[in-house]
Amino acid sequence: MSAPPVQRTSPTFVGMPSFPEAAREALANTQQRENLHRATSTIRAKRAAVVAEVPEWEALRVAGADAKDEALTHLGDYLEKLEASLTANGATVHWARDADEANRIVVDIARAKGVDEVVKVKSMATQEIELNEALEAAGIAAWETDLAELIVQLFGDRPSHILVPAIHRNRSEIREVFVREMGKVGRPAPDDLTDDPARLAEAARLHLREKFLRARVAVSGANFAVADTGTLVVVESEGNGRMCLTLPETLISVVGIEKVLPTWDDLAPMLQLLPRSSTGERMNPYTTMWSGVHDGDGPQEVHVVLLDNGRSHVLADTMGRQALRCIRCSACLNVCPVYERTGGHAYGSVYPGPIGAVLNPQLRGTASEVDQSLPYASSLCGACFDACPVRINIPELLVELRGTVAEQGGHRAESAAMKAAAWVLSDPRRLALAQRGATTAGRLLGDRTVRRVPGLGAWTDARDVPNPPKETFRQWWARERGDAATQVGGRHTGDRPDRAGGEP
Amino acid sequence: MSARDEILARVRAATADVTTPVGARANNRPTGHEVSPGRTRTLDLFAENVADYRAEVLRVPAGEVAATVAEVLRARGLGSVVVPTGLDTGWRTALAEVSTVVTEGEAGSAAELDRVDAVVTACAVGIARTGTIVLDHGPDQGRRELSLVPDTHVCVIRADQVVHDVPEALTRLGAPPHRGRPLTWVSGPSATSDIELERVEGVHGPRTLVVVIAGAIP
Repeated sequence: MSAPPVQRTSPTFVGMPSFPEAAREALANTQQRENLHRATSTIRAKRAAVVAEVPEWEALRVAGADAKDEALTHLGDYLEKLEASLTANGATVHWARDADEANRIVVDIARAKGVDEVVKVKSMATQEIELNEALEAAGIAAWETDLAELIVQLFGDRPSHILVPAIHRNRSEIREVFVREMGKVGRPAPDDLTDDPARLAEAARLHLREKFLRARVAVSGANFAVADTGTLVVVESEGNGRMCLTLPETLISVVGIEKVLPTWDDLAPMLQLLPRSSTGERMNPYTTMWSGVHDGDGPQEVHVVLLDNGRSHVLADTMGRQALRCIRCSACLNVCPVYERTGGHAYGSVYPGPIGAVLNPQLRGTASEVDQSLPYASSLCGACFDACPVRINIPELLVELRGTVAEQGGHRAESAAMKAAAWVLSDPRRLALAQRGATTAGRLLGDRTVRRVPGLGAWTDARDVPNPPKETFRQWWARERGDAATQVGGRHTGDRPDRAGGEP
Repeated sequence: MSARDEILARVRAATADVTTPVGARANNRPTGHEVSPGRTRTLDLFAENVADYRAEVLRVPAGEVAATVAEVLRARGLGSVVVPTGLDTGWRTALAEVSTVVTEGEAGSAAELDRVDAVVTACAVGIARTGTIVLDHGPDQGRRELSLVPDTHVCVIRADQVVHDVPEALTRLGAPPHRGRPLTWVSGPSATSDIELERVEGVHGPRTLVVVIAGAIP
């Protein structure tokens, strides 16, 4: 069969500007840069401390990568196994080729239940398919119950980080939006609300509790789906996950097909790697594991929607498929010098940071401006690979994707410049002429600074162009040593200079 | 073609290059199994790590569990407590002396549980290295909402239920009688760091967690 289809860019991100363009606005936002810097440096320190507690960390990373690779390289078998186990446990399994199909399945179930609202556990997969928008269009309110997602939802904003989506907002902004918006969608914020995080969390507790107690349908994702036992796993901190996974009568979980783990024992490396990498804790406060329907305990109607949406396309690339190991811990965001400065919005997707810079162009293809620019949103420093708990070689994938973009003729100015450079550099006479031009310009410029070069806008926007030297090495050599072989315009035979020049 | 068949066909085509058989991965699955440095050290570490999450930890001889649990409720002024059907009857009797005891069957809905101050449960497994207690919601722990909705959770764990590390816990939980049950892993009270990454204990789950370790005195 032909190559599996890429993911269609979701409506929110259609027509997103390229990364550098989108980043410009973020870089000018001093408040956001301050919030991001403080947040990422705090979480980096926490992660480093708890990772240092585990002497066998590297072996765990290898075990984690192995578990995911086993699942991914035999994905068809493990998906069938997962389906069989889930079904035996009383769950109903659905399959969705793309976002629209997944959304339709969820909307249909909610409609069949006759509800006009659902409570939601934070889930990257449902953000990816823009499920909230689809539910809203069907007249069903989707209440985000994770504190940060609630903040983002009340702002009418977009998440900017995988783990802490409201990282770009500070406490006083959050207090303001609680006071202004909570009353419009449920229990209002207390009158005497301050910007103390404990008081803000309390306000969220009160606001959401009535929703938890009355909700009849919940929607979640899953961090892991264990094929041999038919168990889904959700890790969380606040207890909103437990509320959603336990109280409603019906539970719908949207699970990317790459979330499957072969066996129960594979949870061992994962449950050690994820919390330490993600929140910098030895273990996250709450983890819920459920295996279909449990008699008299929790939802008695359990649905699982297995979602492709471009994942099989990524899987088809033998080198690129390692990106599907990603367990969405966000460690790579927190160590990335680019992310720390730009924040998440510039990445034009729900997946920001280094993993987003590879995963988005892999999932969606490299047809759009933003997806062509993402592989370049990196200094290739390699910190993301070191931090990744499942050893995704992000720098390697970025370089590979840059190749893909260059081959399809993205970055035309750059490839034209490279071609011109190759033409000049391949012939010593051309090089000498070019150098003579450059040094003349250098002498004319003197101490003045070149701030803009027409046609090199993106490059010179953020940098001054170094002035050309007044003399090149070859000109200097010729002047000092008087060797005719290296004279400007002279015939160069490839001789080593020391043959003519005497002393080394 | 159905969505199922199409997705399966896609992933099989995408992995057509793979030559290794299913399940044949090298037998090198180091799962981070740190060997216990001894029972005493494991129990101490468990107590330390649970306390590090700002849960209250009490270590008492097995015979004093009932009195200890009752004292926790009395000292905190918790006037009502819900208990699972299979909770130790001795504990239950002691609780009735200081608090109004509601049994699992009587609290039929989450809204009713929301009016109860506390819950007392046993648990299935404890993990020293991460300071985690795992509930498998057996008869002495009750259905999941019981240990979720009330604001204080008092959890009793026997010393012999504490293992050293995550892999041992999973091995135990993957075997009868735990296998196939819903599991709740609890590491401290609920918490959030969503506002400027400042940790706040207590959001939706119980804001107070008291762990009573029975049968091992330091």
